[in-house]
Amino acid sequence: MAAITLIEAVNAAMAYELEHDQDVVLFGEDVGKNGGVFRATDGLQKKYGTERVIDTPLAESMIAGLAVGMAAQGMKPIAEMQFMGFIFPAVDQIFCHAARLRHRTRGRLTQPMVIRAPYGGGIHAPEHHSESTEALFSHIPGLKVVIPSNPSRAYGLMLAAIRDPDPVIFLEPKRVYRIVKHEVEDNGEEYPLEACFVDREGSDITLISWGAMMHETLQAAEKLAAEGIEAEVIDVATVSPIDMDTILESVEKTGRACIIQEAPKSGSIGSEIAAEIAEKGILNLLAPIGRVSGYDTVMPYYRLEKQYMPTVDRILDEVRTIMEYK
Amino acid sequence: MTTTTVASFEIKYHQYLDASGKPTKDIPEFAKDMNTMRELYRDMYKLRVFDAKAYALQRTGKMGTYPASLGQEAIGIGYGDAMVKEDVLIPYYRSTGGLLKHGVTMEEILLYWGGDEAGSDYSVAKEDFPICVPIANQIIHASGVAKAIQMRKQKRAVVTEIGEGGTSEGDFYEGVNVAGIWNLGVVFFINNNQWAISVPTDIQTACETYAQKAIAAGVEGIQVDGNDIVAVREVANYAMEKARNGGGPTVIEAITYRLCDHTTADDASRYDDPKVKEEAWKNEPLVRLRKYLEKNKSWSDKDEEKMKEEVAKEVDAAVKAYEAAPKPTPEMMFDNLYAELPELTKPQREAAIKRGAK
Ligand SMILES: Cc1ncc(C[n+]2csc(CCOP(=O)(O)OP(=O)(O)O)c2C)c(N)n1
Repeated sequence: MAAITLIEAVNAAMAYELEHDQDVVLFGEDVGKNGGVFRATDGLQKKYGTERVIDTPLAESMIAGLAVGMAAQGMKPIAEMQFMGFIFPAVDQIFCHAARLRHRTRGRLTQPMVIRAPYGGGIHAPEHHSESTEALFSHIPGLKVVIPSNPSRAYGLMLAAIRDPDPVIFLEPKRVYRIVKHEVEDNGEEYPLEACFVDREGSDITLISWGAMMHETLQAAEKLAAEGIEAEVIDVATVSPIDMDTILESVEKTGRACIIQEAPKSGSIGSEIAAEIAEKGILNLLAPIGRVSGYDTVMPYYRLEKQYMPTVDRILDEVRTIMEYK
Repeated sequence: MTTTTVASFEIKYHQYLDASGKPTKDIPEFAKDMNTMRELYRDMYKLRVFDAKAYALQRTGKMGTYPASLGQEAIGIGYGDAMVKEDVLIPYYRSTGGLLKHGVTMEEILLYWGGDEAGSDYSVAKEDFPICVPIANQIIHASGVAKAIQMRKQKRAVVTEIGEGGTSEGDFYEGVNVAGIWNLGVVFFINNNQWAISVPTDIQTACETYAQKAIAAGVEGIQVDGNDIVAVREVANYAMEKARNGGGPTVIEAITYRLCDHTTADDASRYDDPKVKEEAWKNEPLVRLRKYLEKNKSWSDKDEEKMKEEVAKEVDAAVKAYEAAPKPTPEMMFDNLYAELPELTKPQREAAIKRGAK
């Protein structure tokens, strides 16, 4: 297969499952004829028909609640929220039902669904289009929250998400939808959920990130290497539940940790990872845990967007501070 | 200014038996079979006894909050009787009648309100949803289930119930709207018992009927005397046959009156006018059906006595089974949370088991 972008990988994974599993259905606002406002579902309705790739009326709670009903019948709905900023009407259905139905019925009814949403800043979008609210979903037991950072992971993790027997919130970092291309074999091979990926080995510090911010993190690691600092870089990928074993192992090796996220700092995935490291690995630490994040502010309109988002420089500053502890 | 009428609609009201049990029009076939009617009378009576028992259990600290169906028995028993095994029920918390008729056991219902998830692991109605507590969410689940049924080309009706207050929630409209667009086989029952806790219908809507809320979604809306089990059973059957045969959704408003508190945690005397309630008692569904049976020489005081004894036994047995049910253990908080418990959570499970064993 030719090199493809992250969004093409999402499309390819959904197409693969539509092709191989008759129970898979895809729906949302504009996903059919238009192929999604970002084109994530481009061509799928043409290929799989209006019965399996369905344009719905504009109502997010309805889209999520529909997925609850269909999944309870053993279908595998993939529901699209046009932007994560508009997922809030659906939160009621996701928190109160999708996350709990298996538990409430002692396993009698299950929720094998995926709710997809593009998220994050950096594309000069209007208000409510750029937030990173992954922590909100991570707090809810019964859900899995998955964020791919590159095309091959988008393909493999999306396949795993669709095949997973439980509800998966699949957040697509739209800033990097088209930023890099990978050669991805369209062979239906999934990547495991609940597993971190170690993208770069190093012995001096562990950099932990996910989603679009992986790109700044990897660039920072390159620059640090030029300064003689070897960073290990971890892509968390499934931000709930987190594979803490991989992170703790790495921190044990390096003795230092820095978490990089686009979301606001307080009550975040970064907070959770830092707390877990403190709880289980504090005696391995040579320095305080660092965090580089968005601010605890409303995501600004796009003129200030660049000021808000962590940059390679901010990561470098934080890492240098951490490295000063001897 | 010249205008033309571009749309108009009407809402039909259905009643077969008046408050004295007298036919107000031609009785449908099923209601001529006195065995069927005796059975329905018994079902409604059983629900009433069950509710009273549940209240007593709550009052003596043996169960949690419970919402009764006093005065509203004809609704759940009526649509429940029109359901067949293959149909799916998406209940709300006051759907006890429908659940019982569709095979959910009294013991399971007691377990649910007694605070044990085992109550929602129905032994018979395997595809029915558990009771929905957040108002109106279940309306959309019904459309989702019906969409799956439609895609699989099955002939099954989906039935869901909601209070009239619940029709003010967005999910009500969203669920009915999509059912209309896709012609889904759902029957939406509105239990109009005049109250949403303490809020009466004139604070809930400016519409003359709740049934007409269907019209905005392009769906058929009809109104029925919710205390007349013949009428409820008949319109339910009509709507379910339509649903099973690709005829699309129906919204049915069943008019009744809540003769009980909203739940065991409520005190209706704070807002309900005793005179209005007294009037409403004259309309209640059990006496009405009994009068109909008596008029047809199909019920006697002896029948009544015999039924009372049998039902008391049946309900007591369910309560005994409920009280004897094994207590849930701490690991049940974790089991069935996911198909496979996350690594990160496993130590919490072990800790909870250890602490529980102390
Ligand atoms: C979303 C939501 N808001 C509020 C409540 C609290 N609540 C429980 S029952 C109820 C009244 C519902 O009245 P109605 O829909 O008329 O049904 P009824 O109980 O009368 O059958 C309210 C406000 C709730 N369960 N869910």
